[in-house]
Amino acid sequence: MTFNKTLLASTIAVTAMMASGAQAQMSNDAVRIGYLADMSGTYRDLAGPGGLEALEMAVEDFGGEVNGVPIEVFSADDRNSADVGANTVRGWIDQQNVDLVAGMVASSVTIAVTKVLEEAGGLGIVSGSAASSITNEHCTPNHIHWVYDTYPLAHGTAKAVVEQGGDTWFMLTADYAFGHALENDVTQVVEEHGGEVVGRVRHPFPTNDFSSYILQAQGSGADIIGLANAGSDTVNAIKTASQFGLTQAGQQLAGLLIFLNDVHAMGLEATQGLLLTTGWYWDMDEQSREWAERYFERMGRMPTMVQAGIYSSTMHYLNAVDAVDTDDPMAVRAQMAETPVEDMFARNGRIREDGRMVHDMYLAEVKTPEESTGEWDLYEIKSTIPADEAYRPLSESQCDLVNQ
Amino acid sequence: MTMIFGVPLAVFMGQLMLGLINGAFYALLSLGLAVIFGLLKIINFAHGAQYMLGAFAALLGLQYLGINYWLALLLVPLVVGALGVVIERTLLRRIAHLDHLYGLLLTYGLALIFEGALINFFGVSGSSYPVPEALQGGLNLGFMFLPTYRGWVLVAALVVCLGTWFMIERTRLGAYLRAGTENPALMQAFGVNVPLLITLTYGFGVALAAFAGVLAAPLYPVSPTMGSSLLIVVFAVVVIGGMGSILGAVLTGLGMGLIEGLTKVYYPEAANTVIFLVMVVVLMLRPAGLFGKEA
Amino acid sequence: MATTHSLTPAMQRQRNARLRRSALYLALLAIALVAPFVAYPVFLMKVLCFALFACAFNLLLGFAGLLSFGHAAFLATGGYFTGIMLASYPGLTPELGILIGTSAAVVLGTLFGVVAIRRQGIYFAMVTLALAQMMFFFFVQAPFTGGEDGLHGVPRGELFGLISLADNLNMYYFVLAVFVIGFALIQRTVHSPFGQVLKAIRENEPRAVSLGYNVDAYKLVAFIISAGLAGLAGSTKTVVFQLASLTDAHWHMSGEVILMTLLGGVGTLFGPVVGAGLVVSLQTQLAQSPLGNWVSVILGAIFVICVLSFRSGIVGEIQKMVRKNFK
Repeated sequence: MTFNKTLLASTIAVTAMMASGAQAQMSNDAVRIGYLADMSGTYRDLAGPGGLEALEMAVEDFGGEVNGVPIEVFSADDRNSADVGANTVRGWIDQQNVDLVAGMVASSVTIAVTKVLEEAGGLGIVSGSAASSITNEHCTPNHIHWVYDTYPLAHGTAKAVVEQGGDTWFMLTADYAFGHALENDVTQVVEEHGGEVVGRVRHPFPTNDFSSYILQAQGSGADIIGLANAGSDTVNAIKTASQFGLTQAGQQLAGLLIFLNDVHAMGLEATQGLLLTTGWYWDMDEQSREWAERYFERMGRMPTMVQAGIYSSTMHYLNAVDAVDTDDPMAVRAQMAETPVEDMFARNGRIREDGRMVHDMYLAEVKTPEESTGEWDLYEIKSTIPADEAYRPLSESQCDLVNQ
Repeated sequence: MTMIFGVPLAVFMGQLMLGLINGAFYALLSLGLAVIFGLLKIINFAHGAQYMLGAFAALLGLQYLGINYWLALLLVPLVVGALGVVIERTLLRRIAHLDHLYGLLLTYGLALIFEGALINFFGVSGSSYPVPEALQGGLNLGFMFLPTYRGWVLVAALVVCLGTWFMIERTRLGAYLRAGTENPALMQAFGVNVPLLITLTYGFGVALAAFAGVLAAPLYPVSPTMGSSLLIVVFAVVVIGGMGSILGAVLTGLGMGLIEGLTKVYYPEAANTVIFLVMVVVLMLRPAGLFGKEA
Repeated sequence: MATTHSLTPAMQRQRNARLRRSALYLALLAIALVAPFVAYPVFLMKVLCFALFACAFNLLLGFAGLLSFGHAAFLATGGYFTGIMLASYPGLTPELGILIGTSAAVVLGTLFGVVAIRRQGIYFAMVTLALAQMMFFFFVQAPFTGGEDGLHGVPRGELFGLISLADNLNMYYFVLAVFVIGFALIQRTVHSPFGQVLKAIRENEPRAVSLGYNVDAYKLVAFIISAGLAGLAGSTKTVVFQLASLTDAHWHMSGEVILMTLLGGVGTLFGPVVGAGLVVSLQTQLAQSPLGNWVSVILGAIFVICVLSFRSGIVGEIQKMVRKNFK
């Protein structure tokens, strides 16, 4: 099965190469990359201007040109609005002949953009979004999902926590599709491993004051409070929990979607001991450290996994363009899938037919203030979740590209 | 265990307590709005942004100038209040003779500017402000564990609300203010400097917002967007209480905190919406709000 | 002068004004017809949708003196209902989908209107805001809206089952037609006796009451027309972009339409169109420039400047200038 598909993919790639070889190889004599992200709203610190910097770093490191044609970078703020995002990308493809759309954070924007990409025949690499539906029911042949998604976050963290003995859970869920999906994933994993979800509360999105919900969680008597929310909601919940002495009283928090910038913003006092799953950490090995330090010199902040993923995916894309000598989306997409991803970001990475880039994920614990040796020394990597186990198996996929 | 509508009594009491604390915030913020509306007839859409500026001023003061919490509680309202005075003198005064809706639009624009500018400098993740040493830890109330700081917020907010009420109802300045609300032209004729009164009132309302911001800083992440979500809730509180009614704003603030607190237990999904439901119902039954005078 | 000697100078002036206006409309229509060959059609469609939205809003603020702070609810209702219908019933043609969305907005407008028009000034604004917040809650909770993810994959379909709207040019002329119909309806409303009564209510409500007009009924009808047209704008927008999202239901959207109207000119027919064009272009252009991070600061500054120094908006100021210099 797999063999046949690989064969098929490479046949397509070769055909595409031959077909495009006859035409002008690079459209408009330039490779154009459009960076779309929330540059001013809730998700700004996760990708935002820092992600654009990572993208530009990749272009510079690549030498600024591919096979003699220059690489041009465009950027736009989607303001977390699906129609702004879709409209921008439509314009990029129709007017500027943008070859690759990178970044993409809010899931609603991403799904809208990928529909446009499919219709207009573009190529996109999603680095910021969390929703696993992006390569499941919303998969298209025109996009790749790079850094992480909710599946490994929920499964990795929940499984590890239950195995450590935390088998009664209380879920604090953001009341929208994303939160519900996380909650369902976690409930499933917890029950599979012999645990129990004893209660849940669904809070409006966004919520400023979590004290009431934390009190309900306290009253539930559960060992673990699972946070099925994101961004400022998670931050608020964790801060409030620490004020109410939740962890001192023996309960533990499990963050399902927490980023380096969140932990940095909250400080170790409030976040210590938190278990989380991450796709990358700047201090995880020599290669990542070396790159992160270069990034730090430019930005004054350590990169998040999303920002690192943007660099990695851009490099992978440019290498593929270089190899097939065309910026034709389908040919490049096929070449990218051919090549394993092994760089400062990914270990054992490869792109599946549903567009999911699977790679090793890591279970991390937030350090205590005493353990930390610097402003950005925040995580300790506890274990590695191998690429093949981390993501939703293709056998459960609802993606049309898989079931064909 | 005693149960109230399926919730243990202790949890129920705890929720009421938390509702009251949130209510104290609403009271403090809507008090400022009500004072401003009373005299200027302007809905101060920048109130949320000014609350946020209060929290940021406290944070930056601590980080760069070493101003501690207690000093910030005193200084920040003065500084942000002074900014309010400048806004009134340079901007609001120029549109005072127009339809009051223009005041709403102008302050909305100001709110966009403050928020947008701070987002550019500080991002949106927000930073945390440490709880002052004297207020760390918690109290065991029997039915719940109450962080000392939250208890302090309740006391401080209530004291300021009562103080403001006292000043307006019982002092000469307050009498001028009330008279100015009723009939500014007559006050001017009696030789009271009404423009100055207006300026000071706006400054005072803004200072109240900033004070609430400093109180909030150790509780919530200090971020540029912290005010905008709170703002329309506080509007609703003022409208329900009756525009311009000082007592109405305070009591409604506390009451709405309680109602919201209970909603968080029984139907948490609707916690952000329940206040608007109350507002529509109240305005249907009492067009001028619970404590407002019928026009 | 030469035509008929029985015309009084006043009638003559009116007639000239009407001629001038017709000439202006024709010229603008001609520009709109060739525009997609010069500018990017999708961008133009976005401008037209928001222009219609702002015109609908302006009917209420500019001609009836009612500031609604909840118009986003109608835009979103139109959008969601059209989106759901088109996405779930593949056989449905887009114009029927738009009709359903618009009807939904009319129904909602009637409900809102009955509740809100009994209040005035700031209370009216606050009631509409509260009602719109409740609609926002409904859209977050309702299973069919896709919540935060939004509603995606709405097909553009074939107009009357014949003309494919997947083609941007076809789509553009359809949107233009929708806009022209909506605009003409507003124009007719404003210049009808009904519109005159609305203006009388705006200027002096007690006097209109004492003249025997059922003020509430007039306001309610204006509110429903405005809501329906806002819904039409939302429905059309959903067909163009093939999606509906919570952005349209958020109270920021209600604020944005006020900005558009204010900037272009409250109470002028073309003001909202100019305002919408400017705001949409600003957002599109700024978002892609180095000033991208400053969009909200710039919009805020425009708000402040508008309120302080040109309250009649761009079109209003031009009209003033024309009146001063050519009369």
